[in-house]
Amino acid sequence: MDTLPSPSAPASRPGPGSFTARRRPDLFLVLCVLASVATVGTLLWMILEITHQSWPAIEKFGLAFLTNARWQPNREIFGVLPFLLGTGVTSLIAIILALPLGLAVAVFLSEDFLPPPVRQFIRFTVEMLAAIPSVVYGLWGIFVVIPLVQEFGRWAVVAFKGTPVLGSLFAAPAYGNSILTASLVLALMILPTITAISRSALVAVPGTLREGSYALGATRWETILRVLLPTAAPGIIAATILALGRAMGETMAVAMLIGNSPRFSGSLLSPGGTLAGLLANQFGEAQGLQVASLMYAALILMLLTLMVNIAGEAVLRYTQKRTAGIR
Amino acid sequence: MEPIDPTSAAPASAASAADADEALRRRFIEVKNFHFFYGKKQALFEINLAIPRREVTAFIGPSGCGKSTLLRNFNRMNDLIEGVRHEGDITIGGSSIYDPSVEIIALRRSIGMVFQKSNPFPKSIYENVVYSLRIAGQNSRKLLDETVERSLRGAALWDEVKDRLHDSALSLSGGQMQRLCIARAIANRPEVLLMDEPCSALDPIATAKVEELIHDLKKQFTIVIVTHNMQQATRCSDHTAFFYLGKLIEFDRTQKIFANPAQKQTEDYITGRFG
Repeated sequence: MDTLPSPSAPASRPGPGSFTARRRPDLFLVLCVLASVATVGTLLWMILEITHQSWPAIEKFGLAFLTNARWQPNREIFGVLPFLLGTGVTSLIAIILALPLGLAVAVFLSEDFLPPPVRQFIRFTVEMLAAIPSVVYGLWGIFVVIPLVQEFGRWAVVAFKGTPVLGSLFAAPAYGNSILTASLVLALMILPTITAISRSALVAVPGTLREGSYALGATRWETILRVLLPTAAPGIIAATILALGRAMGETMAVAMLIGNSPRFSGSLLSPGGTLAGLLANQFGEAQGLQVASLMYAALILMLLTLMVNIAGEAVLRYTQKRTAGIR
Repeated sequence: MEPIDPTSAAPASAASAADADEALRRRFIEVKNFHFFYGKKQALFEINLAIPRREVTAFIGPSGCGKSTLLRNFNRMNDLIEGVRHEGDITIGGSSIYDPSVEIIALRRSIGMVFQKSNPFPKSIYENVVYSLRIAGQNSRKLLDETVERSLRGAALWDEVKDRLHDSALSLSGGQMQRLCIARAIANRPEVLLMDEPCSALDPIATAKVEELIHDLKKQFTIVIVTHNMQQATRCSDHTAFFYLGKLIEFDRTQKIFANPAQKQTEDYITGRFG
């Protein structure tokens, strides 16, 4: 029988292959497998369901759905180009505004310009921005940002009139509910993501690199620009991509501020729409082909964020390879 | 040869310029009544020491004895630490490094430093070497190319990397990385080369290479090396300073220190009775 008794397989049991000895680890394994399968399964189910629901629209419009600029439910004509552009432009402006600002805050908080308690307080405050519900951002945007943008818009329309690029970016009429308003609030919403992750990446740069740079006669700023930021680049890129993903998917605040117009005029001062905003606004009253079209738009939004994440992962891996072996 | 006595000042009556030159050579780096504090904790007590030009001086002693602290004062790296202060003075080439007119950037540019753990930047081999030139705004291709070749040859690394200068420095082996850091430290043609336990993370073969290199480098540079390795001190230094608990116990020719130390503490340490 059992010639090699061990604590896990006492001699009284039939043998090492016994069911009683293996039941507990097996149960645990089954739970783990179930949880993993359920997670992946739910994702696949969502994709399948959305694809299934959007099938009538996919069959009817095909890829022209992406290039058609008209969204007219009453005439059953559906194209998401304006919303696609709206999502792209608002996210891009948000990143352009938030990245330098967030990076500057991250550098400031990772250096010893301020005494540690003050740094800690600022860091906490910036990270708190991430905890504010997006509907609150929307309300704040309505009462604070919209009047400011209206004011700025009235000035910009006059100031940039006739200027080649700026003239068309800030063309009349100037509305409060606009692409610009949505972009500004989005920038604020993604600021904590960029700051927090970039700061951790900067703090994680080994002190020996900083010392090495100082010992070669570099100033603090030369060290930050030439050594610390390049070394922290993978983390900063990851931060930017996460932030971009959040900006593209953000729904409530954008829907409250962008004006929800199915047109994309090219002027940042005009109302517009985003894919996420479109879904939130129209789903309640949609019927028939409109439901399918909204599902199609949802599918596109999902694929878009997926692509951003894959591209981000690729860039992250590439830069990580460049800086591998430091830590 | 006469052992260098750190306590005897150069004769004031030295008339000829040659004598003055020799006096300056002998005390190229001079530490005078130097005390150093981290906050309230005193790390160095009344250090007097004269390091001759273009020779190798080793600092030995048990951990925490202050040898690295003193080394890091020569290029004022300790200034980066909050709450440090010093008394006394350190002169290099006859002028005080603590003079208010001294630009700390210029001081560090004239003193190369190699650290315990190699710390190449996540850049190419080429860009690592020319870092100090780049931050000085020097972008002439010809000068940069020349500097890279001269420095890498100086660090005995040229033959191993000349075909892949634009590869990442992080692709090198540990010993190569440390020699790259030496190349980077000498790129700006400093007067002094400080080495803080440069071989402590290297295997014996890489260590032998670096020690050989130290031997060559002393023709051009005044080298001060902190080491925990007695054999290393005997192999590559001309003078040895033994520190214990923040005090300089003994400073003499390396042969003398290891063959016939004047102090009991020195003898106990080098024979392995403590430390």
